[in-house]
Amino acid sequence: MSGFSVTEPSKRQKWFAGVLVITYAVVTLMPLLWIIATGFKSAPDSISYPPKVVFEPTLEGYVNLFTTRTRITENMRETLKEPTTWYEQIARDRGTVIAGPSRYGQRFLNSVIIGFGSTFLSIFFGTLAAYAFSRFKVPIKDDLLFFILSTRMMPPIAVAIPIFLMFRQIGLNDTQLGMILLYTAVNLSLSVWLLKGFIDEIPLEYEEAALIDGYSRFQAFYKVVLPQAATGIASTAIFCLIFAWNEYAFAVLLTSGTAQTAPPFIPTIIGIGGQDWPAVAAGATIFLIPVMIFTILLRKHLLSGITFGAVRK
Amino acid sequence: MSMKKPVDRIAKATPPAFANRVRALSDRAIAWLFVGPSIVLLLAVNIFPLIWTINLSFTNFKANRLRDAEYIGLRNYERILTDVDTWQSMQATAHFLFWTIFFQVLIGFALAYLINKKFKGNDLWTTIIVLPMMLSPAVVGNFWTFLYQPQIGLFNYVIEFFSGVDASSFSMIGSVTLAPWAIVIVDTWMWTPFVMLICLAGLRSIPDSIYEAAECDRASKWRQFWTLTVPMVLPFLMLAVLFRGIENFKMFDLVVQLTGGGPGNTTLLTSIDLKREAFEKWRTGYASAYAVILFVTVFGLASIYVKALNKVKER
Repeated sequence: MSGFSVTEPSKRQKWFAGVLVITYAVVTLMPLLWIIATGFKSAPDSISYPPKVVFEPTLEGYVNLFTTRTRITENMRETLKEPTTWYEQIARDRGTVIAGPSRYGQRFLNSVIIGFGSTFLSIFFGTLAAYAFSRFKVPIKDDLLFFILSTRMMPPIAVAIPIFLMFRQIGLNDTQLGMILLYTAVNLSLSVWLLKGFIDEIPLEYEEAALIDGYSRFQAFYKVVLPQAATGIASTAIFCLIFAWNEYAFAVLLTSGTAQTAPPFIPTIIGIGGQDWPAVAAGATIFLIPVMIFTILLRKHLLSGITFGAVRK
Repeated sequence: MSMKKPVDRIAKATPPAFANRVRALSDRAIAWLFVGPSIVLLLAVNIFPLIWTINLSFTNFKANRLRDAEYIGLRNYERILTDVDTWQSMQATAHFLFWTIFFQVLIGFALAYLINKKFKGNDLWTTIIVLPMMLSPAVVGNFWTFLYQPQIGLFNYVIEFFSGVDASSFSMIGSVTLAPWAIVIVDTWMWTPFVMLICLAGLRSIPDSIYEAAECDRASKWRQFWTLTVPMVLPFLMLAVLFRGIENFKMFDLVVQLTGGGPGNTTLLTSIDLKREAFEKWRTGYASAYAVILFVTVFGLASIYVKALNKVKER
């Protein structure tokens, strides 16, 4: 260390702080590690006492997650062929036979389609609005911006009542399109506020130079501003995607079958005699891991993302 | 913030022919073209439904019946405000709000303070701590019911391990006294990182020179903490409380998966109560009035709070 500084914490302070923070991190991570571990447990292992930390990993939970099974009865046993794949073998070992695929794959696909669809739309409209708010004199601008933010204050259930009636009237109930439009509107407030912050940071001089070179406003917008805002747009997109991915209240009230996303579906996974915890954990693991990866990628923009751009580093 | 209009300045400096080309579509037209779609979408999905809700709140409409709605004036509001159950769920919400914010501020600030000591690898650990808050509350909440199982649940086992209380002797989500705390624990686990991140930004915004000056004045570390650190972080902390307050007032997904409002009505937060009225009992008119009351409450409280926040910022 060069020189003496009164603000630099001492070595002992750093060590002490480090130990406390790491202890907290390990404790807080336990439930997540437990979800991942439970996904690889057999049903008896998952509900043993004391809880098993060391266990023999099995893919039973994942097989149960993606399939529906029936129990093998006495007279069935004679006509049954030998299992040909590893997953059939796992099901057979537990005295069941695979009857078909479960609905998890389709629910997961719904989450992907609705998540990406709504993210694309809210970024598209959000970028346009943010650019206008950042660069032009828009009448009653502050009021409009506040209005956009205040739409997030309403409890989702309160909004869901008229949306439910509206969707029922125009046939959007339980459709992917309906959910995409709804999530786009909910995410717009986030994307406008965040993107306005990012675009504000791009110096005006770039556009002025482009305009002098004979570019039109539109050309300046998509040839100069958009590339400059690319990282901001990307991180805003990930925030919108995470919101749509995690959303539960609207999904559980407005979808029941064809357009249902994974969050309302996962808690309903049941096995024989109650919830099939390894399968639930497997479903949760597959669903949560993408968000964990995104969080790590996003860590630099995390703060502005979660505070609507109110706080930035 | 004053808007500079580059086009205007260029227009002044260039010959008319060029200026006309730049102005082909006026700035004002582009502005409305760009803002328009967003405003229309928000009006359709937020404002129109809000007006519809207000209209429904004066009727006895039931969404599962074909019968036409009748206007019954303020009777829904009267019924809600005199209903004991409403006040009970308001109380449950207040308990949940107060204690989650209390613990999250306490732990979140402490963590931020420690991380700001800049020990080796603090970035990595910060990212790990943040993970729970980014995950789906419904999926995570559902899994916590497994952790809370008496006997086989990890949570109960850890309590038994450290305190000696028999793991099968208590049920966090089955007991009337423990359930309100069970939801506080999970929410605190999930959202403490949020408060931590904002506090960390606050701590990092304080310039070193202020501490150096205080050191020259021989102010003790304790005094420095209370007269410099805390007041400088306070606006950030208040912002974090605002966000958490609004979010937890709307709380639905996590708690509905954890306890579903039970046992009894001990964790029946207003949003869950509202969902029951609207989508289980199908009292649409009544639920609409309830929704209006909740929205006015959160909007009113938030406005008062923002005024207080601005005062603190000005200081």
